[in-house]
Amino acid sequence: MSLDTVVIAQSTPDTKQPFAELGLRPDEYARIKEILGRRPTSSELAMYSVMWSEHCSYKSSKVHLKQFGDKAPKSDALLVGIGENAGVVDVGQGYAVTFKIESHNHPSFVEPYQGAATGVGGIVRDILTMGARPIAIMDPLRFGPADAPDTRRVLPGIVAGVGGYGNCLGLPNIGGEVVFDQTYAGNPLVNALCVGVMKHTDIKLAKAAGAGNLVVLFGAKTGGDGIGGVSVLASETFGAGGSTKRPSVQVGDPFVEKILIECSLEIFAEDLVVGIQDLGGAGLSCATSELASGGSGGMNVALDRVPLRDPSLSPEEILMSESQERMCAIVEPHKLSRFLEICAKWDVTVTAIGEVTDGDRLEITWNGELIVDVPPRTVAHEGPVYNRPLAQPAYIDEVNSQSVNVPIPSNADEIKAAVLKLAGAPNLADKSWVTSQYDKYVQGNTIQAQPDDSGMVRIDETTHLGVAISTDANANWSYLNPYQGAKLALAEAARNIATAGARPLAVTNCLNFGSPEDSGVMWQFAESVRGLADGCLEMGLPVTGGNVSFYNQTGTVAILPTPVIGVLGVIQDVRTRTPMSFSTSGLDLYLLGQTFEDLAGSEWAFLHGERVGQSPTADLAREMRLIELLLAGHEAKVFSAAHDLSQGGLSAGLTEMVLRYSVGATITLDNAGIDLLSETPGRVIVAIERSNTDVLKNLATQNEIPLNKIGVTGGESLTINGCVISLTELREAHTSTFPRLFG
Amino acid sequence: MRIGVITFPGTLDDRDAARAVNHGGAVAIPLWHAVADLKNVDAVILPGGFSYGDYLRCGAISRFAPVMKLVVEAAGKGMPVLGICNGFQVLCESHLLPGALTRNSDLHFLCRDQEIEIINNSTPWTNSFTVGEKIIIPLKNGEGSFQCDDKTLAQLEGEGRVVARYVGENPNGSRNLIAGISNARGNVVGLMPHPEHAIDPLTGPSAQGLGFFTSILNAMVK
Repeated sequence: MSLDTVVIAQSTPDTKQPFAELGLRPDEYARIKEILGRRPTSSELAMYSVMWSEHCSYKSSKVHLKQFGDKAPKSDALLVGIGENAGVVDVGQGYAVTFKIESHNHPSFVEPYQGAATGVGGIVRDILTMGARPIAIMDPLRFGPADAPDTRRVLPGIVAGVGGYGNCLGLPNIGGEVVFDQTYAGNPLVNALCVGVMKHTDIKLAKAAGAGNLVVLFGAKTGGDGIGGVSVLASETFGAGGSTKRPSVQVGDPFVEKILIECSLEIFAEDLVVGIQDLGGAGLSCATSELASGGSGGMNVALDRVPLRDPSLSPEEILMSESQERMCAIVEPHKLSRFLEICAKWDVTVTAIGEVTDGDRLEITWNGELIVDVPPRTVAHEGPVYNRPLAQPAYIDEVNSQSVNVPIPSNADEIKAAVLKLAGAPNLADKSWVTSQYDKYVQGNTIQAQPDDSGMVRIDETTHLGVAISTDANANWSYLNPYQGAKLALAEAARNIATAGARPLAVTNCLNFGSPEDSGVMWQFAESVRGLADGCLEMGLPVTGGNVSFYNQTGTVAILPTPVIGVLGVIQDVRTRTPMSFSTSGLDLYLLGQTFEDLAGSEWAFLHGERVGQSPTADLAREMRLIELLLAGHEAKVFSAAHDLSQGGLSAGLTEMVLRYSVGATITLDNAGIDLLSETPGRVIVAIERSNTDVLKNLATQNEIPLNKIGVTGGESLTINGCVISLTELREAHTSTFPRLFG
Repeated sequence: MRIGVITFPGTLDDRDAARAVNHGGAVAIPLWHAVADLKNVDAVILPGGFSYGDYLRCGAISRFAPVMKLVVEAAGKGMPVLGICNGFQVLCESHLLPGALTRNSDLHFLCRDQEIEIINNSTPWTNSFTVGEKIIIPLKNGEGSFQCDDKTLAQLEGEGRVVARYVGENPNGSRNLIAGISNARGNVVGLMPHPEHAIDPLTGPSAQGLGFFTSILNAMVK
């Protein structure tokens, strides 16, 4: 079939093009024609359609996300902010850390293993692209009901995919979440976070600068996988004899990615690139247009030079292909030979496919004929922006006006039953079934991993400098009040880092929502972003980047609003970290923070099918005082253990602590039922030697944080107001859930 | 004392093995799979990972690396060789050790702190342990189930070539709970769990893996 060139496009202005099938609206198509002064070629149409998609252009979210910039707190730590592949923060000693979280939700429902695997692969390349060595990953996951048949298909596949890819890359998996809710049936959430480390001087950016510099494609060959929507074009433009249709979910090859990581790091170490971009969503369309618009704008690319796995691919398909494990670098001509040598050492396919020009157009040719001639910024950065209608959904007033109606245990038998029920609830049960499929030891720097409050890795073996990360979301609270929900998730993630003694430094986020075309969903989104931006401003934590995933819904039912917040912190000496539990008897246990009757959105309410009431209100000033208390106590070596209370409240927190090192505790509570089940935010359990009592009391007074002694450590049981639960019984309840459900 | 640590494409635990070697008191020398040069090392470690992505069979492609020809020759002359995890698999594929490592019996990748018992302390890699000593080091693999025919198993047991055994429940379906074996001469040892990840309680379950790296020093001094 014939090639659609710029010349042909000029002479055939009335050719009908399948813009609607590619997801473009008539006004968007008209705008492309206006930008180009003619109809787009089919290759240009392919590029614009994919780059102007919701996923790539953030067209529905942009107007809201700009609050992260407008409300950004002053921070000396931020070296590279939003807009690059990942943000970079200064962690001291000349080190810079980059971290980001992304979603791969839809592919993971279609093909759980490959969807999850390539989700890990994509975020790792984003981190690598900044010039950093990836050092750890985390994976917040959400599924339909734990006992639903489809969850048994989706969960094992996703867990195996995360492990299969991450393990083969040699990246320790240091944490995440596994949460179940009906609304995620059909819409599982696979969010993947990667963190990487480099020296300040090694930061790389996605820009094509310097006329005459070469555009170099390296890594895997380009195939027909992940083409997705462009198959419409292929089938319309090309008849029989064209490439066969491939799955729209990309297929990953972690071995190639591992090689690509080592090869790239060697290339970076010798300072052989001017700019670099990985090929993820929208493949070459994205990489070439973003690199060009990151520089002066001019670039020539000979598309026929791209090495192919399938020689029958059309130029449109090559531009759209999302084949994994590919990178695109801008290289000065005199450094090319060394670049090629390093690629040869690692057996990495490498091809110079074009060069930077001093013009302002991205020009792509196919066997000498011009098939793309566009201003790259219009593709990459100046896509449509929508201020979609938003309206508070009717359910909000309805649920907020009701109060939670759940049984509150009042005698020893009921207390025991409640504690055991929570210990074994799928959302709170032991996650070893999942985490034992992930390598947490590789690289030899893992200080903390699941089930600790945060993941922690050492970044310098001599100075013992380390970073800690936690990801959190409480979608039940976000459902009741998305503004407060986002703030509360931020506070929880920050607290989870501070319990270990790390100071929170920066924020990333993965915002998972239903359809932006639903005004109620759009309101949930806008409120969540506003809450997060306000929260970050108040806590002085810059947002370094993130990801938005819309259209997580089945029919008219959207997922719970699920803003997953990741907070990264720094700890000067990982050897001094405060563990999440105690390993000796005779320590005093204190509760920091006050407990109110906060059952709305709690796990106890969830277990009783109640999703009503008012979410707690975030008090971030108090949260910050609590963090200061935790950091000061860590500094003064007051704590033998510190553990955040969140989902499942005191009941879950105590269960996790006593089982961690098999040392029991005896607890006395005034109002055991509410005290155990409430999820009032901003609370932490600490264990101290009795000799530290005065120091702790002073810290609590100074920071205006309520402090109550709740018990002592020791024994073979968790005993609450005389209700004795043996550790054996508690462990059985906590650890049997996942094996029972998933084999 | 120089101990070579080989990096194949897809090797992951090479830097961890080098760190453990240095902690043990020797000097780690990086060896590259494609270069046929052992750089005058006194012993060689084949670390864990997914060399060549485990394609075809674990270790099946790495055994043809130029450096492996020299390793096989040197092992035949008595040079101590330790293969950990994927390194163990490469040693089996190279026929320096008998048997094969197959998919874990539950078909999942498994990462956990594993108790093992030292059965033979006369190898250059285990001489700092006592026979019957129990240690906890990480186990992490997808294909760690040691299999061999009955005759080989009888031979391994009869000749005292089982170096270490899993304690408690069989984690992966290995025959006779075998966690590690040696060749007839005893200089070549393959071990499924990872002693290099247990050299410091800060980053591992214990420091009990260090014994493998101090043993080799003892062996050389003798």
